[in-house]
Formats: sequence, C-alpha cells, structure tokens
Amino acid sequence: MPVEVRIPTILRTYTDDRKAVEANGGSLSDLIDDLESNHPGIKERLVENGDLRRFVNVYVNDEDVRFLGGLEAPLSDGDQVVVLPAVAGGASGGT
Amino acid sequence: MLTIDRTTYDGIVAHAKRDHPVEACGIVAGPEGSDRPERLLEMVNAAGSPTFYEFDSTELLTLYKDLWARDEEPVVVYHSHTATEAYPSRTDIGLANEPGAHYVLVGTRVHGNNAGPVEFRSYRIVDGEVTEEEVTVVDALPAPPAPCPENQTSQGNPDAR
Repeated sequence: MPVEVRIPTILRTYTDDRKAVEANGGSLSDLIDDLESNHPGIKERLVENGDLRRFVNVYVNDEDVRFLGGLEAPLSDGDQVVVLPAVAGGASGGT
Repeated sequence: MLTIDRTTYDGIVAHAKRDHPVEACGIVAGPEGSDRPERLLEMVNAAGSPTFYEFDSTELLTLYKDLWARDEEPVVVYHSHTATEAYPSRTDIGLANEPGAHYVLVGTRVHGNNAGPVEFRSYRIVDGEVTEEEVTVVDALPAPPAPCPENQTSQGNPDAR
C-alpha cells in the first residue's frame, strides 16, 4: 500500500534530496517505521517519546494528523502525506 | 547578504509595527534557488503572543502548497521581537528549519506602533549556527536572469516585467 510522503527541505538529507518518497503502512506510526528502514535517522526527527514532535506538522490528505489520531491516524493506498516543520520561534527563549 | 526591495522592506516593517506588541510573522517567497525575495506574504501569528510566534498549521500547509505550485520557496522568513533585541533567541535557533532562508528579525521595542526607525537585521541559521549578514535595500531587485530564447517575447525589452 504505497503512500506518497512529501519531505521538507530540512529532512531531504535523509532522502538523497528527494522531495517525495513512497512508503507503506496502515497507520502513520507504521509509515514512519517504514520510512526509517529506508531512510535511517528520519524517525527521530519526527517522533519524540512515542509521540509526534511538537514542532513537526504531518498532514494526511491535507488534514493535520493531530485531528486524525496522531501517530495512530489510519492510512490507505493512495493517501498523500505531507511533513512540514512548524514555522515558529520568538523572543521567549532569550538570546 | 540579503538584497531586498524598498516596497517589501517597508511592508515587513509596517506589519511589525501594526501587530506590536504581538510578534508579527511572515515570509517573502521567490523562485526556487533564485535568492530573490519577490512576494511578501504576511501570516497570522497563531500564538498571538508578544514572545512567541507560530504559523497556524492549516495556513502553513496552504502556504507551502501554493509555493510548490509556483516552484517557489521561502527566501525570507521574518518575525518581530517587540521587547528585546532583534537577534535570534534560543527558540528561534532551535526552530529554524529553512536552512536556505534569510531569517529577518525586526525589533519594535523603541517605537512600538508608532513611526520611527526599527532594527531590521538578517541572519542565516544553519545547524544551530547563527551568522548575521548585511541587508541591502534597493529601489527594485535587479532583473532576473534572461529567459531561454524560445521563451522570449517579441517585445524586445528585457526590462519589461
């Protein structure tokens, strides 16, 4: 069940600069494990302590997975997954 | 070095002043690999905070899909600091995820919503490493590289836009 995964610039070091890769999985969690097996290191950039990282956004068919069950979000053949790091920051951390 | 046209520069400053004391944020898009900040896109600070900014996740996706459809990228990512120096905070550095972008910081702490000069500084942030760079404001960006001959129009004026 291949799913197309759109990879952001910052993570293309793991995908030989490819903007999109295919992966398999019945859930987002499975998909990320499959990505990891072909692109070692990428999982750690997406997942922390068993949850999606706070400042990584993942969308399935344009819907933020946080509204679809997070890592448990179900996937089917032909779904499109987009990974986008948050654009965020601010003075709060101090200089 | 960041080269930016006066209209875009003024637009970023106006946005920062308007939203003060909340941090303003947005990008300037340009053709992929061109290093030309051409299209100012103000974003809503979903955090609505004087010390933090974050693009709304739905608007973020809409933005990037629009950029991809146009073969564009964020050439500039900007936000304001409203009470502190216009220098990247630890948060800014930790969350900087566009290694190719110019990160512009506008400091509004002196004049707030009012007229008056602001700090306008630009940085590269790559792998946690901050490098400040010069900002050059020009009346208009230089003409982009000439298109392939078969794409040229019969107007014969290379400056036509």
